[in-house]
Amino acid sequence: MKFEKKADGLFVLNVEGYVCPHPQIYTKKALQKMNVGDVVEVLFDNPSSGESIATMCENTGDEIIAKNDEAGRYRWDIRKA
Amino acid sequence: MVGTDAVLVGDASSDTRTANDVIRKRRWAYGITAFFALVSIGTYSYNEYYTYLSVYLWFGFIYGMCLQYGRFCFSSAFRDLFAVGVPRMVVGIMIATVLFASVGAFVTATGLSTFHSAPVSFHAVVAGFIFGVGMVFAGGCASGSLYKTGEGNSNALLVVLSISITQALFVDVGGWTNKLVPQSWHDSAVAKGLPAVINAGDGWVDQYLAGYVWNQPVTTFAQMSGWSNESFLGAFLGNLLVGVTIPAALLLIAVYIIWSRKSFMRRRAKEGLSTATFSDELAGYWAMITANKRTAIAGLILGIACGLHMFVIQGLRVKFGVRNAGTLLERMGFDFGISINGTVFDPGYWYVTTQEAQWVGWVFQKLGTENMDNIYFGFVNGIPNPAINPADWMSIALIGGAAVMALLNNEFRFKKPTLELATWAMIGGALMGIGSRLGLGCNVGAFFVRVSQGDPSGWLFGLGMFGGAYVGVRFFNWWTERKMAKQFAASDF
Repeated sequence: MKFEKKADGLFVLNVEGYVCPHPQIYTKKALQKMNVGDVVEVLFDNPSSGESIATMCENTGDEIIAKNDEAGRYRWDIRKA
Repeated sequence: MVGTDAVLVGDASSDTRTANDVIRKRRWAYGITAFFALVSIGTYSYNEYYTYLSVYLWFGFIYGMCLQYGRFCFSSAFRDLFAVGVPRMVVGIMIATVLFASVGAFVTATGLSTFHSAPVSFHAVVAGFIFGVGMVFAGGCASGSLYKTGEGNSNALLVVLSISITQALFVDVGGWTNKLVPQSWHDSAVAKGLPAVINAGDGWVDQYLAGYVWNQPVTTFAQMSGWSNESFLGAFLGNLLVGVTIPAALLLIAVYIIWSRKSFMRRRAKEGLSTATFSDELAGYWAMITANKRTAIAGLILGIACGLHMFVIQGLRVKFGVRNAGTLLERMGFDFGISINGTVFDPGYWYVTTQEAQWVGWVFQKLGTENMDNIYFGFVNGIPNPAINPADWMSIALIGGAAVMALLNNEFRFKKPTLELATWAMIGGALMGIGSRLGLGCNVGAFFVRVSQGDPSGWLFGLGMFGGAYVGVRFFNWWTERKMAKQFAASDF
């Protein structure tokens, strides 16, 4: 698991290789820590985590502004609301 | 600015590589399907009794496709509520349960059900608790780990191996563990008068089963209401309505109020819509049910398939004049690994863990271990050759069906386990293996199937899983918090 700052207000959370529930828990914790308007780029490769992250964002109001799903690898950009 | 545009732009060569990759995966999907078709055709041409094996195989294949399509994991249902407040899987599972129960009620009312209720007592809660902790640690339940294996996830394969090995060891454990058995269990087990070769007074699980579990009452919601399971009132009113539909609806109302209502009403208020009337609440409830279409569709097909599975297996039993696949194996000349009762594991419906224990039990036997002297293998389930064991093919085909669905959707990807995840997989798998044997089944056999058929022990196992998942999530919250704190510190956060 790797979480790092890419630029001001832009972070990367790499949880590739992790299975449930790690990707969704790490995503939740990252978003909780970030400021409103910040964006985190979440990299993961566990399909079922995507379903949970999407619903979690819908519930919290955080916005998934970009989704790139390719050959079982996912890169989602989420803006904290 | 981050966005899809930058990512989706690629050069021609990468597009060609992607297209070739998709074609290659589709070929693999067709190849896997053709393999199972060949197994069915080949075995049938040898003996029509193998139709029995093929029925298990193809229902397993359907289960695998549904589970992968809907990302259908029972672990997620309990865990994600506590971990991230996501109710989608609870909804999916309740949809599947009610549909399975509906088809099951019809099958039961026609007298063609293969289901047998389990003993009802506190042991189901304890077993579910251990299983629940294990499934959170492992990252998936017993069925979830099978379908994720089909997605190329080697961590899930480790979970399956851990469940299998633990069960095979646990059911045969004796020695010092005999000292942990209450005298009353020992006396009761010995008094059952089982065949001497089983030696029910030796072995922790044997004495637990024959000395405690078998003494517990067996019932259904229909029988508690004064009806027989096969009567119309018993099947539809007692089991389906009272035992499944009403509890499921109430459970979903609780989930809606605790985990879904607040966000739904906030979104509604943001759109300038009413939030104060009863119809707003109904809209919110319905929105929760239909929020994830993939999961809902998978639950729908899964529920119907599970009911049909019982119907078809019972039909074959009638056609071949048998009550258990062990008789068919004996008729075909196989005598190795069949229990002293002439039976092998043949539930007649979807089940996961026992056939996994049988794989390893069979290997242990071939390596020289005597493990047919316990109740689990020697008296009930046997350890037939995996190649001719019908229930085995259900799980193998489940992995195959999930692989086909993942390949067709370009979601298949080999993933190596890390040391951290492999450790959790082994620990979680071991706990699930122990929980399965204590509860006489896993999230499928002890929870999903029993709840759907009006057996109160299923709800007790589910209650235990709920508690176990909560404890597991609390632990993981602490674990991930520590790791995140280090990352936050390192990234000058």
